[in-house]
Amino acid sequence: MEIVIALAVGVMFGSGIWLILRPRTFQLITGLLLMSYAVNIFIFAMGRLSVDRPPITLSPDIDPAQFADPLPQALVLTAIVIGFATTALYLVIMIGARGLTGSDHVDGKEPRE
Amino acid sequence: MAVPLPDSHGPMLLASLVFVPFIASLIAASMPQDARNREFWLAAGVAVYGLIVAISLYPEMSEGTVLREGFDWLPAQGLYFLLRMDGLAWVFTLLVLVIGLLVVLYARYYMSPNDPVPRFFSFLLAFMGSMLGVVLSGNLVQLVVFWELTSLTSFLLIGYWHHRADARRGARMAFTVTATGGLCLLAGVLVLGHIVGSYDLDIVLAAGELIRSDDLYLTALLLIALGALTKSAQFPFHFWLPHAMAAPTPVSSYLHSATMVKAGVFLLVRLWPALAGTPEWTWIIGGAGVCTLLIGAFIAIFQHDLKGLLAYSTISHLGLITVLIGIGTPLAMVAAIFHILNHATFKASLFMAAGIIDHETGTRDLRLLGGLRHKLPVTATLAIVASAAMAGVPLLNGFLSKEMFFAETLHVGGDRNWWMSVAAVAMGMFSVAYSLRFISIFFGKPAGELPRDPHEPPRWMRFPVELLAFTCLVVGIAPAISIGPVLDLAVAASLREHTPDYNLATWHGWNLPLVMSIIALFGGITLYAVLRWRFNLRERTRAPLLSHFNGAQAYETAMQSLTRAAEWLVRRLGTSKLQKQLLMLMLMLLIVPLLLAGLPPDWTILPLEGFDPLFAGIWLIGGACAVSAAWMAKYHRLTALVLVGGTGIITAATFLWLSAPDLALTQLMVETVTTVLLLLGLRWLPPRIESAEMQAAASRRDWTRRALHMMLAVAGGLVMTVLTYAVLVHPASDTIADFFLLNALSGGGGSNVVNVLLVDFRAFDTMGEITVLAIVALIVYALLRRFRPAPDSAEVPQQQLHAFDPASRQTPSEQADSGYLFVPGVYLRTLLPFMGVIAAYFFMRGHNLPGGGFVAGLIFAVAILVQYMLAGATWVEAHITLRPHRWLGFGLLLAGVTGLGSWAFGHPFLTSHTAHLHLPVLGELHVPSAFVFDLGVFAVVVGTTMLMLVALAHQSLRAHKKASEQAADAAMPAASEGAL
Repeated sequence: MEIVIALAVGVMFGSGIWLILRPRTFQLITGLLLMSYAVNIFIFAMGRLSVDRPPITLSPDIDPAQFADPLPQALVLTAIVIGFATTALYLVIMIGARGLTGSDHVDGKEPRE
Repeated sequence: MAVPLPDSHGPMLLASLVFVPFIASLIAASMPQDARNREFWLAAGVAVYGLIVAISLYPEMSEGTVLREGFDWLPAQGLYFLLRMDGLAWVFTLLVLVIGLLVVLYARYYMSPNDPVPRFFSFLLAFMGSMLGVVLSGNLVQLVVFWELTSLTSFLLIGYWHHRADARRGARMAFTVTATGGLCLLAGVLVLGHIVGSYDLDIVLAAGELIRSDDLYLTALLLIALGALTKSAQFPFHFWLPHAMAAPTPVSSYLHSATMVKAGVFLLVRLWPALAGTPEWTWIIGGAGVCTLLIGAFIAIFQHDLKGLLAYSTISHLGLITVLIGIGTPLAMVAAIFHILNHATFKASLFMAAGIIDHETGTRDLRLLGGLRHKLPVTATLAIVASAAMAGVPLLNGFLSKEMFFAETLHVGGDRNWWMSVAAVAMGMFSVAYSLRFISIFFGKPAGELPRDPHEPPRWMRFPVELLAFTCLVVGIAPAISIGPVLDLAVAASLREHTPDYNLATWHGWNLPLVMSIIALFGGITLYAVLRWRFNLRERTRAPLLSHFNGAQAYETAMQSLTRAAEWLVRRLGTSKLQKQLLMLMLMLLIVPLLLAGLPPDWTILPLEGFDPLFAGIWLIGGACAVSAAWMAKYHRLTALVLVGGTGIITAATFLWLSAPDLALTQLMVETVTTVLLLLGLRWLPPRIESAEMQAAASRRDWTRRALHMMLAVAGGLVMTVLTYAVLVHPASDTIADFFLLNALSGGGGSNVVNVLLVDFRAFDTMGEITVLAIVALIVYALLRRFRPAPDSAEVPQQQLHAFDPASRQTPSEQADSGYLFVPGVYLRTLLPFMGVIAAYFFMRGHNLPGGGFVAGLIFAVAILVQYMLAGATWVEAHITLRPHRWLGFGLLLAGVTGLGSWAFGHPFLTSHTAHLHLPVLGELHVPSAFVFDLGVFAVVVGTTMLMLVALAHQSLRAHKKASEQAADAAMPAASEGAL
């Protein structure tokens, strides 16, 4: 389980790095999306992994150790929603820059070659 | 030796003095543009209220009581918000309020109907509050905060007419100098606090011996002096004050002569018991004062601008006060406080008179003005009285404090050293000369045509000047009964056990100071006559000798070199290329943690969660999707998008697998919405077709770069893998998670701990987050309003023109109503209410089971979204009225009001409260207030999503419209040519 999550984070993050270093805006956005998955899972994993122990406490007398850590979950939940908002912002900047400059290069102009 | 924090249960009178102006400032800002009268009544009401409070405190003050009010600010750091009023603070409060009231009255008539008055009065009131804050602060750090607020409001007021370049420049200069000084002051205060161990003014003032014997004394003194000297426009920082004259005249009168510039000398008087009495004090403070007094007075003679003359005269008089403080004997301090009051009286009235003259004649140029006593007899008389006070003519208040100043200079020099007295007499002569220069505008004939024919100003515009000039006379003739009691209060409070015996009388008999006064008076008249008729004063454009020491020029040069240095740095170290920046960022991301991280101390391995082949299997797919998306993103955007979506779904599944159902739900919904969003954006990107030539043309450099990036990507992935694995196999240290798990049900009234965290324990975070969401949505909306598509993507896409696509024949709604999308159309429209119910269900159960405002909001947004996708924007908007802006506003309001609601019950912001309702059919229902908060979250999420997606969807409609218009335009000339 742990090794799978670790590899998953690594693969997504690596693909993300490759993509955000590319010259086209769409590649950049895709890279950021992948990176945000990786980072979200990474933060989530800080509460350690647990299967079938959702943090839903049906009675007041419980043993906290029997539940998954709710704090990283709450943080990641907000991160997912904020991530959505920033993706929308990137997207609008992406199409706005393309309309304004006529190019979809990240610097707003085609490289001289 | 801690002075206890006073009980703050009594009426917060002092706090109301400080905060009422700020509240009024907000009200003033929201009034309409032309509400001059209402603004006036508001501001005057504030000043009158303050005066009533202050005067009602007089009995306490006359008994020598020190009033203290306070509440916690940062108790952990030993910081309290503390207001403290003693005699000195009381006198300054009175000064700020009286002059404030008069200036407000004056400004009512001075400001033209075209000026945006709400801004003016709002800033003026904010200044009043800040200045009262400086005067009444009982905590030094808090004093610095208000101090900087006065700099800020001064900046805003100088730049009031921001269309004028000189106003902008003057505002910038004043702010840079005084705010930098304020930072020095902060540092000085911190040093002082370090020495004494407290920032409480009472404790600091009582610790004079300790401070003066400390090694850090000089550091503290220098830093505090820098703050005070910049604020009070002392040499070499005096240059900002003349440039501040670009402000409207009421501002010059209030801030830049009567009150704000006095903050510096006020601070020195305030800290006199703690800091004064050493040679360093005398040299630093006195030295700056002497230079300022001579330079200011001398340059003032050569000004051609009425306000410029008054500004330099103010500098010189502030210098005089500074010298007195520098001398530092108790009698000198009495003279300093006395002169602060006197100067405020006559200089404020002179500025107002100058404003009247400017207002009536249309010019402030001394070379043009003349003979005004015929047209403005009353104003002329008043101005002459006030200038006589400024010159130090007997029977006026300026004379008294100047006499005291002369006496102190004699005292400090003893029998042998006369240089101080000589400087004082020279300054006296100069001030007589510039006062004569000022009143010369009332005599003789105008040198040129005036821009406007002057008349006496309205009755109430002149009233403040009348009152102030009258005060000059009263104080000058009967000081002991008029100003005496007030001055006694201030002196007793600031000098404490050192309070000297002094005698406020007009006539002290024939003595040396009187002789000096007479020399100054006649010397000044002679000097003016010589300059006027021998040296052609009117023609000189700059002051002799001193024009080379131009502080303003030095300031500009310094600023320019700073800018150039910054530009140079950016050129050398910066790049505008995003790829290079990101490359650096990623390299740092790899290198820095490697440098910082060591191996953890022990390698205790946790019992692992076991290995599930199915889980590995889904991540095989997820990983493959991520890598292929990276591969495809350049030439196959749609494919890449689908693949990224695949990774997202796997991520959601992972959350579900690993006991985070809320995250899984949210991720799933966000994934849906994001994909739709990106799909809508794809259309505006240029076509990019993969070709063999392109691949072949890639140069060696390209391949090197790609290889480097690939290495970086692999390395980054590896680092993250190792890091994640290292964390996961180690036991977690004690976290606060247990607290949340144990208290969610009992304290938060919900069993879904994640949701209780979001809407209750950490609701403030969530509040911030939904605000960010709303802001982003509005930014997206605003950006799209300005959006112009690139020419080659403005037309209808190729695919839609192909005869195979029904879109070329039918509108989207026709397709959904009767075309090939008929069946899904009916199906999805029927689905809308069901999805609404599902959203409601997830919302309702959110507090106890997975769900909540975020998820429900997204589900509801998706429900609307599918309608758009199916039938097109036109159809949906004809059938459903969506007002995303209102959803946003309503949601934020609801969340905010819920939070504020807890205040009404005396709990901190956003405290949750659970109500138990007994409803007839539904039975007992328990409704936590967090539920209402969550409703706000829901509304904001719906509003945000809708606003962004709808705005984006409408771009296609707009672009089509534009394209068809352009086509029509293009067709027109062709048709007309054909006709020819």
